[in-house]
Amino acid sequence: MAKSVIPIGPYHPLQEEPEFFRLTVDGETVVDIDVNIGYNHRGIEKLSERKTFDQSTFVIERICGICSTSHPFAYTRAVEDIIPVEVPPRAKYIRTIIAEGERIHSHLLWLGLAGHFLGYNTVYMWVWKLREEILDVMEILSGNRNNYAMFKPGGVRRDINPDDIPSAVKKIDSIIPTLNRLKKAIVDDPVLHVRLKGIGILTKEDAIDYCALGPTSRASGVAKDVRKDAPYGAYDQIDWDMIVAENGDVFDKVVVRVLEVFESIKIMKTCLKNLPEGEIDLNIADIPPGEGIGAHEAPRGETFHYVRSDGTNRPARHKVRAPTFMNLPTCNSTVIGETISDAAIILASIDPCYCCTERIAVRNEKGKKIYSGKDLIRLSQQKTEIIKRKMRIK
Amino acid sequence: MTRNEIIDDLKKRFKDDITNIFDKSEKRVYVEIKPESLERCATYLFKDLKARFNIASGVDTRLHIEILYHFSIEYINLLISLRVKLKREKPVINSLAPVFKGANWIEREIHEILGVEFRGHPDLRRLLLSEDWPEGVYPLRRDYTEWDKTAIRDRGV
Repeated sequence: MAKSVIPIGPYHPLQEEPEFFRLTVDGETVVDIDVNIGYNHRGIEKLSERKTFDQSTFVIERICGICSTSHPFAYTRAVEDIIPVEVPPRAKYIRTIIAEGERIHSHLLWLGLAGHFLGYNTVYMWVWKLREEILDVMEILSGNRNNYAMFKPGGVRRDINPDDIPSAVKKIDSIIPTLNRLKKAIVDDPVLHVRLKGIGILTKEDAIDYCALGPTSRASGVAKDVRKDAPYGAYDQIDWDMIVAENGDVFDKVVVRVLEVFESIKIMKTCLKNLPEGEIDLNIADIPPGEGIGAHEAPRGETFHYVRSDGTNRPARHKVRAPTFMNLPTCNSTVIGETISDAAIILASIDPCYCCTERIAVRNEKGKKIYSGKDLIRLSQQKTEIIKRKMRIK
Repeated sequence: MTRNEIIDDLKKRFKDDITNIFDKSEKRVYVEIKPESLERCATYLFKDLKARFNIASGVDTRLHIEILYHFSIEYINLLISLRVKLKREKPVINSLAPVFKGANWIEREIHEILGVEFRGHPDLRRLLLSEDWPEGVYPLRRDYTEWDKTAIRDRGV
C-alpha cells in the first residue's frame, strides 16, 4: 500500500508548547516519524542574560505553566553552586514541599488527559477533581495555585505559616481514598491491560542511548532519579522509594506515574510534619565569577540548568535543558511500527504537551486530509470500545 | 571505583588529551580537553563508565566558542563537564550523535544558535529557529545584532 504522510501540529491557541510531528504511515502502521520543535521558542536563555540573578527567577518560572517550580529549583541550585553555599534546612524543606505538590498535580493532569485519549472520560473528570484539591493545598501553603514564586537564590521568598499546615494536611489526606480506588481501577482493569500493555515499548538500551529521563526512563528499568542519585533539598532526610518498572510500555509509564503520586504525598506530608525551625534565606548579596550547575527531578524528568557568572549582577550565560528535550526523540523508537490509533497515546505517554496530539491531521499522498486531530482521538477511543466489546465488558 | 580513583584514572588514561582539570567540589569536576580528543573521552565516559549525558551547553566567551559536555555518574554522585574551546572564526568539532542518540538534538541546537559545525552529524537541520532566519546569523553570539528591523519586539518598557 502507498505510504501517506500525517502532519501533527503545531499550533493550538489553548495549549502551551506547540510541536510538529510528521508521521509517515503505510496503511495503518507508522513507518517513520519526524519531530519539529521551536514554534514556541521565546529566547528565554538570551532574555535571562539581560536580567539580574534575582529577576531571572521570575522569568524562568514562566518557562512552563505546569512545572513552574522545577525551573526555579534547578536555577537557584545552579546559582548556589557557583558560590557554593547550602541553603538553610527550613528553606530546603519548604522547597521540597512545593516541588512535590507540583509533581502530584502534574502527574494527575497527565493521567486525566491520558484517560480522555483512551475514551475513559470518567477517569478524566475524576482525576482532575483530585488535582483541584492539590491546587488548593498549594494555595494554602504558598498563596498561589500555580507560579508559586517561592524560590530565590539562597533560600525561599516566603515562609509557610504553621497555622496553615493542619488544613493543608487534611486536604491532602482527603484525596488518598479516591486515589487508592483509582490505582486499583487502573492496575486491575482488563481493558487497559489489553489496550496499553506491549505498545510503545522503549527498551532499556534505547532509554540509555537516548538519555531519556524521569518516568519515561524509569518505566524502562533505568533506576535513575536525581532525588536519589544526587540528593538535594530534604530528599535525603526522608524515607521514600524510587518507582521503577521493567517493560517500558505505555502501561508501565502509567503505573510509574500513579505510584509516584503516592510517594510524593508521603514526602510532602513528612516534610510538613518535620518542618524545622530557623532562617529561610541566606540573603546572598553578590555572586562571584564562576560557573554552576543545578539539576532537579521535575515531574517529567531531570531539569538541568547551567549558569555562568562573570562577577556582575547578571548571568553571562544561562543554559536551560527541559526534560522533554531528551524524552521527545525517543518517539523515534516507540512510535515506529505501531498503528495510528496508538500513536496519540504513545506520543502522550512521555508527558509532553497535548497541543500536538489535539492537532493531529492525517493526509494521504495528494495532501488530501483524511483525519483531523479530533478524528485520531476518536480512533483511539473507538479502539478501546472494540476491545471492550470483544471482552464483553460494557 | 571511588570518585578520586575515577579522576586519577582519567588523568592517566587521557594524559595527552587533558589540558586542565578544575576540581571544583565534591560533586563537580570540570575537565578541559583538546577538541580533537572529544570523541575518545566522551565515548569512554558514556560506554565504559556508564555515565549519563545530561546536555551540552555552548558559550560565546568573546575569545572562544566554548562547549561543555555534562556527564553525570550516578553511582558516585559526580558531574563531569568536558570543556572544549573552539576557534571563534570557524568552530568545528566532531559530532557525538553517532556515539549516542541523546546528543543529536543539542548539537542541532548549538549548530544554529552558535554556528558550530559538527562533523559527522547525521542530520543538521534546523531545530528551533524559523525557516526565514538568515544563514550565518547566530543569536547567542556576543556580536549578534537584530537583523529583522520590521519585527515587533518588546523593548523593555
